[in-house]
Amino acid sequence: MKKNANLACEFIGIKSINPFWLASAPPTDKAYNVIRAFEAGWGGVVWKTLGEDPAPINVSSRYGVHYGQNRQVVGFNNIELITDRPLQINLDEITQVKKDWPDRVIIVSLMVPCEEEAWKNILPLVEATGADGIELNFGCPHGMPERGMGAAVGQVPEYIEMVTRWCKQYCSLPVIVKLTPNITDVRKPAEAAWRGGADAVSLINTINSITSVNLETMSPEPSVDGKGTHGGYCGSAVKPIALSMVSEIARNPETATLPISGIGGISNWRDAAEFISLGASNVQVCTAAMLYGFKIIDDLCDGLSDWMEKKGYQNISDFSRMAIPNTTDWKHLNMNYKRIAHINQDACIQCGRCFAACEDTSHQAILKTGDIGNREYTVIDEECVGCNLCEITCPEPNAIVMKDIDTGQPHLSWLHHPANPYREKP
Amino acid sequence: MSMTQDIKSNRLPNSEIFDNFSDMTPPLTEKQVLVASERCLFCYDAPCIDACPTDIDIPLFIRKINTGNNHGAAKEILSANILGGSCARVCPTETLCEQACVRNTCEEAPVEIGRLQRYAVDRLDKSLPYPFTRENDTGKHVAIVGAGPAGLSCAHQLARNGHQVTIFEAAEKSGGLNEYGIAQYKLVDDYSQKEIEFVLEIGGIEIKYCQALGRDISLAQLREQHDAVFIAIGMSDVNALNIPGEELAGVEDAVSYIRDLRQEDNLANLPVGRRVIVIGAGMTAIDIAVQSKKLGAEQVSIVYRRAQSSMGASEHEQELALKNGVNFICNAQPKQILGDKSGITEMQFCRTELNSSGKLITTDEVISIECDVVFKAIGQKFEDSPLGGGEKPHLDNRGRLAVNENYQTSLNGVFAGGDCINGKDLVVEAVDHGNKAAIAIHQQLSKNTAPKTQL
Repeated sequence: MKKNANLACEFIGIKSINPFWLASAPPTDKAYNVIRAFEAGWGGVVWKTLGEDPAPINVSSRYGVHYGQNRQVVGFNNIELITDRPLQINLDEITQVKKDWPDRVIIVSLMVPCEEEAWKNILPLVEATGADGIELNFGCPHGMPERGMGAAVGQVPEYIEMVTRWCKQYCSLPVIVKLTPNITDVRKPAEAAWRGGADAVSLINTINSITSVNLETMSPEPSVDGKGTHGGYCGSAVKPIALSMVSEIARNPETATLPISGIGGISNWRDAAEFISLGASNVQVCTAAMLYGFKIIDDLCDGLSDWMEKKGYQNISDFSRMAIPNTTDWKHLNMNYKRIAHINQDACIQCGRCFAACEDTSHQAILKTGDIGNREYTVIDEECVGCNLCEITCPEPNAIVMKDIDTGQPHLSWLHHPANPYREKP
Repeated sequence: MSMTQDIKSNRLPNSEIFDNFSDMTPPLTEKQVLVASERCLFCYDAPCIDACPTDIDIPLFIRKINTGNNHGAAKEILSANILGGSCARVCPTETLCEQACVRNTCEEAPVEIGRLQRYAVDRLDKSLPYPFTRENDTGKHVAIVGAGPAGLSCAHQLARNGHQVTIFEAAEKSGGLNEYGIAQYKLVDDYSQKEIEFVLEIGGIEIKYCQALGRDISLAQLREQHDAVFIAIGMSDVNALNIPGEELAGVEDAVSYIRDLRQEDNLANLPVGRRVIVIGAGMTAIDIAVQSKKLGAEQVSIVYRRAQSSMGASEHEQELALKNGVNFICNAQPKQILGDKSGITEMQFCRTELNSSGKLITTDEVISIECDVVFKAIGQKFEDSPLGGGEKPHLDNRGRLAVNENYQTSLNGVFAGGDCINGKDLVVEAVDHGNKAAIAIHQQLSKNTAPKTQL
């Protein structure tokens, strides 16, 4: 296994050989998988959520998928519950694996009823395993909330604060609170965790979803004997939502120093770098590993390390939160900034996608001239509002580039814009 | 073909011949279809549509395939081209839609339009209603001569418009070149006949077989008894070499050999020469050369009087021949064929070259190639004698039927299309002629006044 020295990092006092942990999920359900992950090079795992005995029982047919055009998995969801193995087996395995792999991180995910006794009982057992920390599963959106756990806790900031406080009280391990995205304002539960004494938050957990309906049986997928339920959505489709939520917490003055473990559709090193730049100190991966196996860690490490090398970043912390100052509210954006599209005729393959998009749905800013075979699409500069749609639809990289136009005008935000009747007077 | 010299049947075991003549381009699998259809960019004003003589909305049908709407894709294709299934198999897509595909520009590989089209048409859902409806009977009756691609597409379109159609077909089966002329491995499993059954399902079309124009029926008679006539009789004559020895046994017309081949149930029965020479440079030359090879000929040479770059057959077709072990000899002009009653032994050619003004001239150099069979594949021509002695439609400068933009000949109410008028001699083009002629005929019959011919 290759080692990339610059990837070693520390998260809430826990040292890790790289910033890539496997999120609490089937890949971290038992020693066999976790050992394979460590052999492949993963820096740590968040062991799949432990609960009180008797362990829950899972149904058959557990995942539903949202495919792209060519069967590429855009996202999928699951209706699995927390570990379905007895508590002691998990505790024994955690103890052994941690002993055998001292340089790797093991965080134990926990979910027990919202009662002080329940937490008080389980915490010492977990601490005794030698695990590096605990993660409170307040996010699971299916099954467990019906029993008063998971997202049922995560959606009530007062419960988050209370349970976090119990954990800090009955256990000396660092506490990470895993947040659910199935709420209106993610800053509130993060603030609650902070008040409760959490060392960090991790987000996002999966999103309430129905991936598809089987039109033959009229059952949502995944279908269990003809019936389905909403499950937790994950995979690269959720990345934009997760990025935004991570940035919200990082930007919030109340939680600006709260460490974040970023989760949500991270599939490659670039995704990881984006999460870190928007506030995460490390990242957790699940779906990409479930789709491709543990070997993807090689690209994650290699890609991130080489990129850091090129950029001159010595450590993860060197670029952590670097995009935060550039993440702002709409009202602060410069209304005098102008960019327009430019079509590079040498790279254009004349598919006309930009034209269809702009003509039918945007600003009629693309001109079509010439006959088939000699078609030329050009931007009508005066009509282009710089929306990027043509660049987005273009199948050829570099055929359409957005170019900055120097308007010669100073920065002007909506707050001070003459068209704003409520503008702030200088 | 007579069994002279080294000409015999059963050159290869039955099983090998069976394999050789199986589907050359097998259907795409469901997974391949996903990959292939996803590559379509759904171009605006797509160049592939423009390149298709029948204007099939290719991006739309491919999108429908990609969403699992195969029946919708099939309807999209068939509404533009009722023979979309055979066109998907026999079209030289590399020179038509696929050549125009924008994916060629940066990736050097077009979307596999032909194979996707085949996939879609094969998945027309027979449990759903027939995708076309017939208008109320107009009481008009149109005669169509020839049940090839042009005749069939014209018939289907007219039938949809509520006209009664009778097709007079000289052969025992309908389909024209799809049945009698296309290389076997491009159109397997009696596909042409199945397709025609589908065409006829519209109703209102009757086919009369073994009815040859000029023999069993006359143009005058047809005009008298019908409201309009569409002539789609193709080309029934072949060009001659006009060299000594052409009359010898073993000198064969490629078109008629392919015709026999297409109707032969046991291909091993066909007589095959050991050493075969094919004269020509078009699709027929490639077809007969490849099929000879597949039947077990040891040595097959396509001999062409000009440079290989001037060949009419596409590069794709030439590659197919090369892959099948066919040899190309270029710049060789037929001089004479030697032999006697027992068959032919060799053919002589004069070397050619381009003179300083770019004209092809023969040199003194003579080359001899030993052979048992010579196939002539130097083009077909329109035979006008079936048109009869009375009032005849005008011919164009290539000796084919002259038509205006409405596919009407110089005779009122007489239209023509397919290979018997000037064109590229493609199935898909014939379908287009049939479609457009049908529209013109329908307009004329609806108005009930004949437009003036513009010739």
